Amino acid sequence: MGVRFLLGAHFKKMNHRKVLIIIGIYLASVLMMVFIYPYGLTARGVRLPDFFYKDFSLGLDISGGTLLVYEADLTNIEPADYSAAMNGLRDVIERRINYTGVKEPRVTVNKSGETWRLTVELAGVKDIQEAIKMIGETPYLEFRELRAEEEIEEISALEETSEEAEEDINAYFKPTPLTGKYLKRAEVSFDQTTSLPVINLVFNDEGAKIFAELTRNNIGNPLAIYLDGHPISIPVVREEIPSGMAQISGDFTLAEAKELASRLNQGALPVPINLVSQQSIGAILGEESIRKISRAALLGFLLAILFMTIYYRLPGFLASISLVIYVILVLSIFKALPVTLTLAGITGFILSIGMAVDANILIFEHAKEEIRKNKPIRISMEDGFQLSWPAIRDSNIATIISAIILYYFTSSMIRGFALTLAIGVGVGLLTAIFITKVFLEATYFINSKIHHN
Amino acid sequence: MDFIQKRKIFYALSGAMIGVSFLSLLIFGFNWGIDFTGGTLWEISTAGDISRSIEKIRNYLEENDLGQVNIQTTSDNSLILRFPSISEERHDQLLEGLKKIIPSIEEKRFESVGPSIGQELKTKSVWATVLVFLGILIYLWYAFRRSSSGIPPYRYGILAIIALMHDAMFIVGLFSILGKFQGWEVNSDFLVALLVVVGYSVHDTIVVFDRIRENLRLKTKESLENIVNLSIQQTLMRSLNTSLTTLFPLIMLYFFGPLSTKILALAMIGGVIIGTYSSICLVAPLLYDWSIKKG
Repeated sequence: MGVRFLLGAHFKKMNHRKVLIIIGIYLASVLMMVFIYPYGLTARGVRLPDFFYKDFSLGLDISGGTLLVYEADLTNIEPADYSAAMNGLRDVIERRINYTGVKEPRVTVNKSGETWRLTVELAGVKDIQEAIKMIGETPYLEFRELRAEEEIEEISALEETSEEAEEDINAYFKPTPLTGKYLKRAEVSFDQTTSLPVINLVFNDEGAKIFAELTRNNIGNPLAIYLDGHPISIPVVREEIPSGMAQISGDFTLAEAKELASRLNQGALPVPINLVSQQSIGAILGEESIRKISRAALLGFLLAILFMTIYYRLPGFLASISLVIYVILVLSIFKALPVTLTLAGITGFILSIGMAVDANILIFEHAKEEIRKNKPIRISMEDGFQLSWPAIRDSNIATIISAIILYYFTSSMIRGFALTLAIGVGVGLLTAIFITKVFLEATYFINSKIHHN
Repeated sequence: MDFIQKRKIFYALSGAMIGVSFLSLLIFGFNWGIDFTGGTLWEISTAGDISRSIEKIRNYLEENDLGQVNIQTTSDNSLILRFPSISEERHDQLLEGLKKIIPSIEEKRFESVGPSIGQELKTKSVWATVLVFLGILIYLWYAFRRSSSGIPPYRYGILAIIALMHDAMFIVGLFSILGKFQGWEVNSDFLVALLVVVGYSVHDTIVVFDRIRENLRLKTKESLENIVNLSIQQTLMRSLNTSLTTLFPLIMLYFFGPLSTKILALAMIGGVIIGTYSSICLVAPLLYDWSIKKG
């Protein structure tokens, strides 16, 4: 299909404004290229704003990261429940880390002899204090009941020998099975009489039963609510509470109450944990692998461009250029947001590139058909764009819908895939068509000018 | 090529593929990898710089059939190895064997490791899949609402999902059979391959459907058989070219990429091919058969 440029007479659409748009596109692309890789220019002594030097957010399998090992304190759990408790712990921690963004951590339960541990791997070293703080903020909620008189005396006697002048509250209270593991949700509300903020705890069915028993056995006694090992509220039980709803009232400001409720909702630890080790680890894939993957991807991309140019000639070549711009644009978005790139994420991106190419191929094939009907080249092209639009629109929107559903309803790596796919297809929908079209029109325009002269 | 005439061949082919995959699943099951089942975590260190010994260690482990081993370096000059569970005996054997190769090898940790794909992710994935199916159905119902020729719009959605499941079955069968005979493990790779195939399949199927819809609207005098055939032929070049351009990076990844991604690359290549096949040769004839019965 050769493109004959002798149709100069029909160029009403094309004008200087569109040429300016094209120049604008080129300039923006160069800017984005520098954004993606600022080091080339920097080497020549050009100092760019800090924003440019931000790192790509890389996933665990591509960059290295940090390995945190936590030991779990299972003293309050039945041996039969160890595994379930550890898995619950795993899920809570994973959820909490995911909550801060698409970081895709790798959390596993480890057992070494009799010790149960939780291993947390996080990509990137810079945020490690952040991560430890985040995990550390997962609350451990427990209810403790009053000990029997004799016990209190016993413990107090032991503690008289310690140097602390304060009475140890723990001497008065002993742990119960009721912990944050049974918490269904926490809500902030206001005490009706004092108008102070309080937190309403709603337990699940099991927790409600335990709570009912606890309150039944402790009428008239104080029941201590502990958070992270410290008592925050010690209400006196007035009656048995079968509803599984408890209230924490204390000196909260509204902000504190909201924060606590939010932390509890993100997941309360079923067992207390303790950080025992921290080390940096290399990438699972290894640096050599990353290089190989990049090389392979680049080669494949070049082959695809070659194919497009050979098969579709000039429009194919222009589509290739718009494809390069598309890739630069998406990579800039990935770097800017940032989007954590893992192998799954990059695969989603490769898939979306395939779909962007597809959009162009759809247009060109349709145009070819019109040309076979002996329509003039430029009109065939235009018709190609118009007629193929429903197919492009429907297939890409269906893919975006699927990606969005996957993003909101799953976690970790599937989410990463869904995000890159959604962004890639979304941007592709815009650029693959718009940019190619503008380029084509520009070419016709320029060539018509040449032939007119 | 008259696709409609030859559709029995395609049905037979697809049926055979699904049958084989299903059987393999029943008989061989999956070769579950450590992401799903958990396994062993082994941390070892050497006297000198451990990065010099990585290749030796890796080769030794490969020779000893440990399956797919994850190797990570740490800041403490040690290596963290992850592989499927082994017995204490084997553990001792391996340690001894390694000591012979690198005398200064020390074991820092040997623990059993749980799966990294938790229960939550598994349940969520199932729900998400159902919702994605629903999403596709609803969107296609809406997009094809003005479909003519007595073809109700929900038919397109259902067929798209059938194509999707057909293609997914291929990946499942692939991992099952090659899991048994080539040691392919089902890890997060598998999930990624599945997602890619699903994405590509839906995209491809909709493009074909769109052409059928367009032709149904324009060529009202033609028979359904001719229209479907024509639609397939018109989209044929586009389907082939698109799959070719998508395959280029994947093929390059297989040949030039690192060892650890070869399986993923191969699975995706298979997935793209089957996705193209299902859109052209399966789903369009199915639409024809379904619609022709209803008159």
